[in-house]
Amino acid sequence: MATDRHPLFIPLVLVGGLIFGFGLGYSHMARPEVVLNFLQFEDFGLLFVMFGGAAVTGVVFFLAPRVLDRAPLTGDRFERRLKSFDRNVLVGGAIFGVGWGLSGICPGAAYASLGIGNVTILWALAGMFLGAYLQGWWRSRAADSVDPAPTGAD
Amino acid sequence: MVADPVPLQLAAELFPNGISRYAIGGLFVGLGAAVIYVGTGISAGASTFLESTLSYVSSRSRFQQYVASRDWRLVFTFGIVLGAAVYAVVYQGGAWTTEVSWWRLLIGGVFVGIGTRVGKGCTSGHGVCGVGSASKTSIAGVLAFLLVAILTAQVVAALGATP
Repeated sequence: MATDRHPLFIPLVLVGGLIFGFGLGYSHMARPEVVLNFLQFEDFGLLFVMFGGAAVTGVVFFLAPRVLDRAPLTGDRFERRLKSFDRNVLVGGAIFGVGWGLSGICPGAAYASLGIGNVTILWALAGMFLGAYLQGWWRSRAADSVDPAPTGAD
Repeated sequence: MVADPVPLQLAAELFPNGISRYAIGGLFVGLGAAVIYVGTGISAGASTFLESTLSYVSSRSRFQQYVASRDWRLVFTFGIVLGAAVYAVVYQGGAWTTEVSWWRLLIGGVFVGIGTRVGKGCTSGHGVCGVGSASKTSIAGVLAFLLVAILTAQVVAALGATP
């Protein structure tokens, strides 16, 4: 996939990211204070960001495979985002929840926060890379020690 | 002719800043994810960027699985920064910085980094793309992080931590 990409693949990802980041800025979700106000029940507006976003993806994810046979830039079939469920989804979600509730920032909003000039968010980004590295280090070690065991070893 | 004040009052309490900025922003977020999906079939999430970018500096097997996607994820993230910057220039009129303390951002960030990777997704992957796919896994993930985040934020506020 990486070798013979459509020339418009990267430009399209850039445009998608631009729209995505503009939305995060416009929704004020790139401001940790707004997220914390939501989590403290002072302003429920943030619900509209997630559900507004999910409404659009819901319609498009439903229509795309019915209108197009394959994705024009990759030739891949359209699939729903269905990840397997296991305990990790809840454990990881809870750990993420602690971090989100403490800092008021999630990954996409942190990138957008940098874009609105919030250099202080580099603390959170440094933390996110550190956290991702720690779990990757730990999981790589677990995977390497159990040899060819499939991902269920997590 | 006089509008019933009770629902209006309730709306003002629940949504002191109105809902249009949130709803319009959310529609753009969804549109960005949808553009990428229609063109490529990929349902993009923001947090995988953390691991895929670490593959540039670490040879751990956990990160190396993202080598094939790490360049476009870098571009996606660059786009997010740029898109937010466009918003800032057009509507915000300059830079904005947070009052939240650095230690909350740093420690919270570590938990976010661990949790999104263990839990297979974040607010965009599970929340926007997963919920949009009606994925039960994503809905469970969203409920887990939403409930724990509410609990955490309320406890931290009750302990008297000002931002």
